[in-house]
Amino acid sequence: MSATTVLFAVSLGFAAGVLAGFFGVGGGILFVPTLVALGLTQLEAEATSLLAILPTVAAGTWRQRHYGNVHWRTALTLGVTSIAGAAAGVQIATALPEDVLRRLFAVLLLCVAAQLAWRSRRASPYPSEP
Amino acid sequence: MALKVLSIGLVAGLFSAVFGVGGGIVIVPLLILLLGFQSRAAAATSIAAIGITALAGTILYAFEGHVDVAHAALVGLPAAVGAVVGTGAQQRVSGRALTLAFAGLLAALAVWLLVA
Repeated sequence: MSATTVLFAVSLGFAAGVLAGFFGVGGGILFVPTLVALGLTQLEAEATSLLAILPTVAAGTWRQRHYGNVHWRTALTLGVTSIAGAAAGVQIATALPEDVLRRLFAVLLLCVAAQLAWRSRRASPYPSEP
Repeated sequence: MALKVLSIGLVAGLFSAVFGVGGGIVIVPLLILLLGFQSRAAAATSIAAIGITALAGTILYAFEGHVDVAHAALVGLPAAVGAVVGTGAQQRVSGRALTLAFAGLLAALAVWLLVA
């Protein structure tokens, strides 16, 4: 692996981490294409991305704990039920055409984005916030 | 409350498996919109929950031999440093700005899903 390749991987890894920490996501959205660009297959990239997510979210959770923002019981319940949901999702994913699912999901995301934007536009419902 | 949390977890897992996106994309807006979480608390709780899900997924894939530990370290370790920077930056923006930024992220992802 050349120095340029390592620099590319480290830079995109760092960027994925900043994104993950800022938004509270895993960073897989950047990990997977980066790993594919490094020569891994789609399946290997998705599996390897999950392992890369672990130190990322561990560091993010450690800092958020320090800031006092984590609701632990909710996080535990969400994490465990997500596993069950993913198991069901695998069955659905193999049964339905992928392009239809993608478009459907995109439209759903746009609706949620609009609702979030609308909520943040209103007079703040949280007086304690700056 | 408990039932809503269970539903959000199920939907997040379902969507991540069906659409190949991480659970956080689903968890953060639903915690804000359905449970009235402040955006920072939603993001913090989401990132903690993802740890559990990713751990289960990694173990599952590792058994099938698809996990490349060296490559995971190559992107994952700089990402851990990035996550410290990202969470630090998050504390310095207002809750409203964070919610708006997240809406922007979702919209960008939607456009990318539609054109890709």
